[in-house]
Parts: sequence; C-alpha cells; structure tokens
Amino acid sequence: MSVTLDIRLKRANKVYREGEAVAGVIVLACKEPLQHHGISLSMEGVVNLQLSSKSVGVFEAFYNSVKPIQLISSNIEVAKAGKIPGGKTEIPFEFPLHTKGNKVLYETYHGVFVNIQYSLRCDMRRSLLAKDLSRNCEFIVHCQPQKAKVAPTPVNFTITPDTLENTRERSLLPKFLIRGHLDATHCVISQPLTGEVVLENSDVPIKSIELQLVRVETCGELCRGLRDVCHGLSIPIYMVFPRLFTCPTLETTNFKVGQ
Amino acid sequence: MAAVQWRSRGRNYEAELQRCRPEVALVEFGDYHPLKPIMVTDTKTRHGARKGSTSSSSSSSSSVPPDPLSSMLDGTDPLSMFAAASASETPAISRSASAGDLGRKRKEKEEEAVGADFEPWSSKRGEILARFTTTEKLSINLFMGSDRGKAPSPGSSAVSEKVRTRLEELDDLEEGSQRELLNLSQQDYANRIEELNQSLKEAWASDQKVKALKIVIQCSKLLSDTSVIQFYPSKFVLITDILDTFGQLVYDRIWSMCSDPRPLPDSFTVDDVNDTAKETCLNWFFKIASIRELLPRLYVEAAILKCNRFLNKSGIQETLPRLTAMIKGIGDPLVAAYTRAYLCRVGVEVAPHLKDSLNQNFFDLLGTFRQIGGESVRKQLALQRVEAPEYLTLYSPAISWILQCIAYRAPEPLLTEMMERCKKLGNNALLLNSVMRAFRPEFVADRATDFIGMIKDCDEAGFPKHLLFGSLGRSLACADPPESERLTILNEAWKVITKVRSPRDYVNCAEIWVEFTCRHFTKREVNTILADIIKHMTPDRAFEDAYSQLQSVIRKILTYFHDFSVLFSMERFLPFLDMFQKDSVRVEVCRSIMEIFIKHQLDLTRDPVILNAMLHICKTMHDSVNALTLEDERRSLALLIIGFIRMVSFGRDFEQQLSFCVEARATFCNLEPVLVQLIHTVNQLAMETRRVMRGSHSRKTAAFVRACAAYSFITIPSLSSIFSRLSLYLLSGQVALANQCLSQADAFLKAAVSILPEVPRSISVEGKLRSSESFLLDFTNNFLAMLLVVPDHPEHGVLYLVRGLLNMVQDYTWEDNSDAKVRVYVSALPLLAAMGQETYVYSVPKVDSNETLYGGDPKFLSEINKLCETLIGQILDHLKVLGRDEGTRRQGALAFSLFGVLLAHGDLRNNKLSQLAVNLWNLSHKHGHCEPRVSVRTLEFVKHQAQQPDMSHLSDTVQRLTLQSRT
Repeated sequence: MSVTLDIRLKRANKVYREGEAVAGVIVLACKEPLQHHGISLSMEGVVNLQLSSKSVGVFEAFYNSVKPIQLISSNIEVAKAGKIPGGKTEIPFEFPLHTKGNKVLYETYHGVFVNIQYSLRCDMRRSLLAKDLSRNCEFIVHCQPQKAKVAPTPVNFTITPDTLENTRERSLLPKFLIRGHLDATHCVISQPLTGEVVLENSDVPIKSIELQLVRVETCGELCRGLRDVCHGLSIPIYMVFPRLFTCPTLETTNFKVGQ
Repeated sequence: MAAVQWRSRGRNYEAELQRCRPEVALVEFGDYHPLKPIMVTDTKTRHGARKGSTSSSSSSSSSVPPDPLSSMLDGTDPLSMFAAASASETPAISRSASAGDLGRKRKEKEEEAVGADFEPWSSKRGEILARFTTTEKLSINLFMGSDRGKAPSPGSSAVSEKVRTRLEELDDLEEGSQRELLNLSQQDYANRIEELNQSLKEAWASDQKVKALKIVIQCSKLLSDTSVIQFYPSKFVLITDILDTFGQLVYDRIWSMCSDPRPLPDSFTVDDVNDTAKETCLNWFFKIASIRELLPRLYVEAAILKCNRFLNKSGIQETLPRLTAMIKGIGDPLVAAYTRAYLCRVGVEVAPHLKDSLNQNFFDLLGTFRQIGGESVRKQLALQRVEAPEYLTLYSPAISWILQCIAYRAPEPLLTEMMERCKKLGNNALLLNSVMRAFRPEFVADRATDFIGMIKDCDEAGFPKHLLFGSLGRSLACADPPESERLTILNEAWKVITKVRSPRDYVNCAEIWVEFTCRHFTKREVNTILADIIKHMTPDRAFEDAYSQLQSVIRKILTYFHDFSVLFSMERFLPFLDMFQKDSVRVEVCRSIMEIFIKHQLDLTRDPVILNAMLHICKTMHDSVNALTLEDERRSLALLIIGFIRMVSFGRDFEQQLSFCVEARATFCNLEPVLVQLIHTVNQLAMETRRVMRGSHSRKTAAFVRACAAYSFITIPSLSSIFSRLSLYLLSGQVALANQCLSQADAFLKAAVSILPEVPRSISVEGKLRSSESFLLDFTNNFLAMLLVVPDHPEHGVLYLVRGLLNMVQDYTWEDNSDAKVRVYVSALPLLAAMGQETYVYSVPKVDSNETLYGGDPKFLSEINKLCETLIGQILDHLKVLGRDEGTRRQGALAFSLFGVLLAHGDLRNNKLSQLAVNLWNLSHKHGHCEPRVSVRTLEFVKHQAQQPDMSHLSDTVQRLTLQSRT
C-alpha cells in the first residue's frame, strides 16, 4: 500500500519574512483508507556551527562539538489518531513566524562552517507494522528590507604588481595596470554587484580576468574577460549574489558571517 | 438475301435549307432561364418590406440559392481552408506539436512582426553555411558526463540531499569528464552538433533539465574555440541553432506553466504570470548567472532573453545593454563580433523596438576594431596559415547582420552618422562592405560616388576590392543613383573590376554590375561589358567554372532587353553564348532566351539578324535532342521552336517564307511537332496566296502553290505518328484542291488511303495505350466528307477513291467483335447518295466536281447505286451475324442508324427500300434496347416529313412503324 506525504507551501519561492505566516497544505495521497496514530507538524530554525580548523585546534574541529542554536521551534498536531479516507487529502496549516524572547531570526544561509536553516517537518506515526512517515521541507527566511536607503559610495581601485598581497617573488610578475571601480561598497543583497574594470596595459596577453566573491568559504567565481582583452576598454562587473549561499553581513555573539 | 435496290432520294438542298431556316418570329425573352438560379424573390421581398427597415434587396439576395458548386464546398474550398488553418493554428493545438517545429513556427511569426522587408536570419543561415567551409579537420571538446566519485565537501551534510545533488550536477557542468572528438570533417562536425541538438531535445523531453543546460553550456563554450578559423561563421550558425532551440524550450515550458486555466494571450503582461512560473523562470536566470565562464554565460542568457517577459516589464530593456557591455570582456575580436551578432539577432526578435543596444553594439564593435590588426590576431593567423583578406571576410556575416538590424527602418540621419563613424576609422574596407550590404540600397545609391571614393581610399592589402564593388553593385542593382553620376560610377567601377585577376572573383563581381549596366545604359555599354567578360573568361577555359554566373548575366540582360533586334545587334552576344560549352547549360540558356522571345516578341518579324540568331539558338536546342531525351523535354523544346517559327513572317514575300520553311525543316528534322507546324505553315502560305490572288492563280502563283504542296507531300512521310500523317494528308489535300492542284490533291488522298492499313489497332495517347478505332472512324468520316468534292481521275475508274477507301476498310484488320467496319459502310451511304444529286451540297470554287464531270450520267448513277447495294448487303449480313450471337443491343443500334440513313437519303417511294426501312425499324425495336424517346422523336420527324411536298409516300410508311408497347 503506497502512501505519499508532501508539504506544499503556498509561496512558490518559499521565502518568508519575520512576522509573516508560513502557510501551506499537507498533501496525503493513498489509494485505500489509511490507519494512523496521529500526524504532527513541526517548524524549526537552527544555526549549525562547525569550528574552523584555523581558529581552533584540529581535534576540536574534528569533534565539532558546538551545540546547534535553536532560533525557533513550534509543534502542532495536525490530526489525532484515526483514519484517512482513500484518495487525496489536503490539510491546511499555518505557522506564525515569531521568535520567542529576544532571539533574532537570521537569514537562511548555507555556508561551510555556518548553516542557518529553517524547515518544516511533518510526521505521521503509524502502527508497529508500518513504518512511520515523515517529510521535510525547507523554507527560506529573509530579513525585512532595510528601511533607510544607504547612499551608494563608489570606490575606485587600482591593481598593479605592487598592490598584490600574497605573492612571493614580486619581480617575477609581469607589469600590468588595472583600474576600475565598484559602484558601491555596501551592496544590497538582492541587487547585483556592479562596477567596471579597465585593463590599461599589460606586458603579457591576458588569459582571463576573474571576479571572486570571497566569504568564509570560496563561493561564486565569475569570469569577466577572455583572452587578450582590448586594452583601455572598460569591462563591466556584474555579479548576481547566489542567494542561498550569501547573506547580509551578520555579526552575533556566537558567530559571524561576512563578505 | 435478295439484293436490295438502292435509289437515292432526290434532294433540293436550296429548298431544304429554306425550310430549315426558322421562321422569323419575335422571341420573347421570358424570365425563365435554365441557368438562372431559381428565385422566390416575390414573396420574400414583400415579407421583408412588411417587417420594416430591412432592405428588400438584401432579403431577396439571401433567398437566392447559392451556386451548387460553391455551396458544396461550404464557402471556402478545402485547399484554402487548409492553408488558413495552418496559418492561424491556435497555440493550444500547436503546443502539442513537437517543440522544435513549434519553435520554428513561432519564430516565423515573430519575424513577421518585424516586417516582411526584413531579411530574416533563416535566409542568411544557408548562405553562411555554404560559404564558410573548410577541408581541415575539426574537433569538439566537450566536458560532459558526470563524475560522481567525489567526496562530499565538509559541512554540506547540513544541506539537504536534493540541494546537494543539484549542486553536484552544476559542478559537473564545468568539471565533468572531458570528451574530445578529434579529426572531424566538416560534415561530421555538423552531424555531431545536430546530434547534440537532438540529445538536448531528448533530455528536455525526459525532464533532465540540468543535462539540457549542460549541453547548451558546452556547446556555447565551443564558440570560444577559434581553431580552424575559416569554419567559425558556420560553427556559429550550427551552435546558435542549438541555443535557439534551448531558448524556445525554456520559454515554452514557462509559458505552459501559466496556461493552466487557459493559454496566455500572446500579448500577456507580468501580472498574468503565476508565482510558480515566475520562480522557475528566476531559477533559470540564477542558474545561468552562476555559469563561471563569460562566453557561455553570455550566450545562454541571450538565448533565454525572451523569458524576461515573465518576470518584469523592463527586463529585456535592462538586460540588453548589460549583455552588450559584457561582450567587451571577450578578447578575441571575431568571437566578440559574432556574440554581438547573436545578441542583436535575439534582440531584434524579442524586442524589435529597442534600437539603442543595437547601436551600442555597433559602436562597441568599432571601438574594438583596432584589435583586428593586433599582435595576437596576427600570430593566430600565422599559426593557422590564413591570409588577412580571408580572415577579414569571416567578419562580414556578423557585421552585416548587426548593420542590417540597425539599418532596418532607421532614420536617414542615423545611417549618415554610422557612415561618418566608419569613415573615421580610416575607411576600413570590412566595415564599408558591411555598410553597403546592410544599408538601404537607396541610401547607398544616393551616395554611390562617395562610396566609390571611399573604396578607392581603402587599403589594398586588406579586404579585396572586388568584394567592395560587388556589394556596391548589389545596392545599385535595386536602387538608382542620381542620373548625372551613373556613367562615372560605371566607369570607375569597371576600371577596378576589369583589373581583377582571378576569373572567379572577376565574374562574381561582373555579374552583379551587369544589372546596373542593363538598367541604365544602352546596348553599346552592355556590349562592351560582354566583350570584357569574354576576354576574361576565355583564357584557360575559365568559363567552365562560372556557368551559373554567366547564366545569370544572360538572365539579367534578358530582363532588360526585350527588343530582340537590339539584343542580337550586340556584337558580343552570340560569342558570349558560345562560352556555354556544356550541353545542358547551353540548352538551358537557349531555352531561357526562347522563353523571353515568345513572351515579349509580339510582332511578326523578318529581321535577318533576329532570324539568324534565333535559328542558331533553336538549332542548339534541337541538336541537344538525342535518343535519351525525355518526352517532356522534347515537347517543351518543340513548343519553344514552334513559338519561334510562328513569329517569322516575310509578309508578301511568300517564296522567301517557303524557303525559310525548307531551311527550318532541314534544321529541326528531329522534332516532329516542329515538322507538323512547318507543314501547317506551308499550307497556310498556300491559302494566303490563294487569298491574295482572289482564287485565280497566275502561272507563277500556281507553280508556287504546287511547290507548297510538294513541300508538304515530301515532309509528311517523315512523321512517325500515323494519325498526324493521315490528318495532314487530308488537310494538305484539301489545300491543294482549294488551289486547283488536282493531281496533287489526288496524290495526297491516295497516299492517305494507302497508309490506312498501317494504322495500328492501339496507339498511345498521353502515355496510355488506347484503341485507335474511334480515331480511325473519325478520320474516315472526315475523309468521306472530303471525297464528295474530289473529281474522279480521268485515267482511273468511276469513284476510284471511294472504292479505294472502302477496299482498305474491308481489308483492314479491325478489332474482333467490332462494328467499326460496318459503321464506315453506313456513313459511306450518305456520301454516295450525295454524289448522285444533280447539284452537290458543297463544292470548291473553280474546281469541277463529279456533278459537272458526269452531268448526272445514268451510268454513273447506276455505279453509285450498285455500290450502295453492295454496302447495304454487307451491313445486313453483319446484322444477321449479330443476331445470332449475343449482340442484340449492337444489332438494334446498328439497325437504327441504317434506318436513319435510309430515311434521310433513300428514296422510300421504292417499295423494297421502304419495306427494308420498316424491317430495320422493327429489328431495332425487337429486343427493346431502343431509347423510347428517340423513337418517338423519329416518328414525329417522319410524320412531319410526310407533310412536305413530294414526301406524301412517307405517311404509308409511318403507318407501319409501330412504337414498342411498354409493358
């Protein structure tokens, strides 16, 4: 006897903000009437931390013993033990997205050492002979958009062999000069990063120019130029932030995320 | 059976004719007409009038029953219905069609939105594929297939399983196992790409969206590879096909997601799109934004540019400039130029109104132009051993396309600005070429002199100048430059063209300029150009490789020169034709000339120049006919030649005309239809002579018409079709008789009779084998009618020809079980009866027929009667035979027709004849096969006849004719 359990959120993009209600339906589909011992639905938001081997010792990192921090948790019983008729059954639900006490709902973030994740979990308990069913569904929490508009402050940069940091033999480097600017130092996460880069001159042909988004872990990497780029021509910088893997700069007592 | 005694009824044709003339009575034109639709207008109109305002005319017209033919088809005929259906196929139906077809169809529709005068990409496609080819080996480098052995990255355990597989798949896009296909020929390459296109569609259909994306990304990566650079434009064409497919698939998918209750209208807005669709669409854009390499990211985003419509109103408007700017990041100028072309192509298709980014693309292109001559390009060319001029031509499809998009319906000032910008770049030939090709011909034509100046200033080493002049010529072929400049333009252009060394380049360019020359100049200039082309193409038989161009030269000349006397007075025209030495091509050229001649030569001609030239051309066509020539081909060639012969007329110079026919016969002996036409022409000539002489020939004209007869007489036997021969013999005999050439007429008719036994029992008519019987019957009837006026030959017996014919008919092996022979006998009876009259029903002026020769001699009459009796005897015998077998129906019909003959031509005062008639009537009604209506009518006719004077005896006969009683 097959039964499928599914959680469907009302919002297609699954993005919610604090104070809103996470609404949706639990969809049960089975061919014959189904006996169960109760269906429950829980919402959970956790921060998983992992210690970086850079900051702590190897052993501590290995045992990554930092306890997950719970941001939100609630549980409701959807149905008492009983019977579900055959066919498709939809049970609507709604959770208000409110924190308890002084906790803050951080934005969803998937990083290497920090993971902030929100999920819905639906469990259906059944008799001993049949396995319990459960279903997970992640949803995404975004912060309330900032009210005050930050005036973008453009920044110019120049890259020459001298400005490079992690090089060993500065003398081996060919001569080059790259100038450019970014339109803003503080970026709105939902908007792309924009700017321009100009290759003024270079002794050797350029193979490619890449723009790297650096956060705790290496993330997006976009190639800007290909092969011998025309000298003196401005090349636009345009990078869409991968939303799942980036979040606004965040600093809390326990952890911080920055770019 | 006792011999029947035949007596012909005496006829007074004059009186009969008088009687037959209808009495002059006013015919009342009643309303009734059988072809008029039945109208019940009366009642209806009144009805409508009572109703009030409805106009009576409309109601009466509505009562007219529709034409039965059109009503069957319910208004529209099925063919146009299909056409209409396919044109306006509802999206809902087409959705189920395969995505590829659908995409194409939709694409066509969009190109329409741009306007019919915009030359679509699809037409360029083939041209590019044909032009940019290579014999070198190609390779495809694909990084595909998934390598799943990777260890999960630390920390990702927290990420849900689904996300992780997605991520891995995306990683595979860039780091999957590498597959490299080497040593591909050009065709292999195209096949591979097509395979990829197919697997893209399959992957999509089987819901493997990620794989589909992978394929697309890998394909667009191929575009950054410029090895075997000569092939790059074609590669671009092949790969952008895949991108188009992909773009269409994504668009269709999202479109179908929103078409749940009912399909989206074509002009949907963002508000009509539901959230799921928006989210999916957004996901695609995010996925594509995270492609690491620039080129695939650009191409794939451009491919799904149209999907921006689902997300927001201004999406396309914002994306286009961004993508345009991003192209600056591409280092290789060729790759960049083609990327721009693709962006423009998509842009024009999706948002034709957004012109700015098109212009920006072009300006950016100009900005990077110095790269073309740069160090790295030069190195690359040296490595691949490609010459700079060839390299530059690789750009022209891309640049031309961009310029075409810009120039389409662009205001004049913009074009001028573009031109100025190009000028500033030091008269770059490549740009100049594209400008001339892409801008409106009128624009180019107005500034033709400027352009020539610019072309002259161009660097000789770079782009070949003949290409520049070719492009200019193409514009001038459709638009006229100011009149005062035309000659200078031609001179300047030709000065350069004539210096082109390679015959191929030369003829390509010259061919284009021929049109301009023909348009504006006289035969003198065209002649000069022809001479120049001959001069260039003759050495080393260079013309052999340029037939299509040379043919096009001829075509262009023929479009503008319809006066053939002018055309053939060009000295070099015929020598030019001599360059077509391959038979098939030569015939084709001749054919096209002939077609124009027949279409445009309206007056008869005797111009020796035309005649000579046309004879030459026709002879060429004729000489191409051999045993292997198809029947259709022969027929069409013959038709063309006939068309020419009909246009030849020497006016009153009949002898010249005849000698022309003699010459033509010698020249075109292999095409029978032409010979037939010649015989007709000569016969016509003889009749024309007769008309001019008003029927009485002088000695000279008599000799001439005899010569005409002789011409026909010796030409006819060379025809293979027996019926052509027969009918021509008959016709020529008639013409000879009309011209008082008695012995010639005799000879024709004798010849006709003598070949009768050769008529095969079945002949092929339009490829099908059919019995020749009906044709033969027709002919003999015709022939019999002619024989009435042919006087007997003094040296032969009475009715020599009639007897001859009847003997032949008797001996001819007719089909088994056929009445044909007897039918001939039945139809011979009226002839014989007519021959016995004192005055014949018709005669030939100035020819004495038998009536005059014999003057009603009783011996002659008894000969006739004897002959009739023999014939009737034969017929009756045959009737008897039929009665024995199962042929009662045929017996009845035959008996009835003999009865008719007796009634009309026999003298029924004679008891025996009248008894025979009654018997025949009874016989024909015996088995009830007779049509009662015909019988009734016949009876009525007989009764009517009986009232005529001298015919009262018929009333007795009528008494004895009984109608079959119907049971």
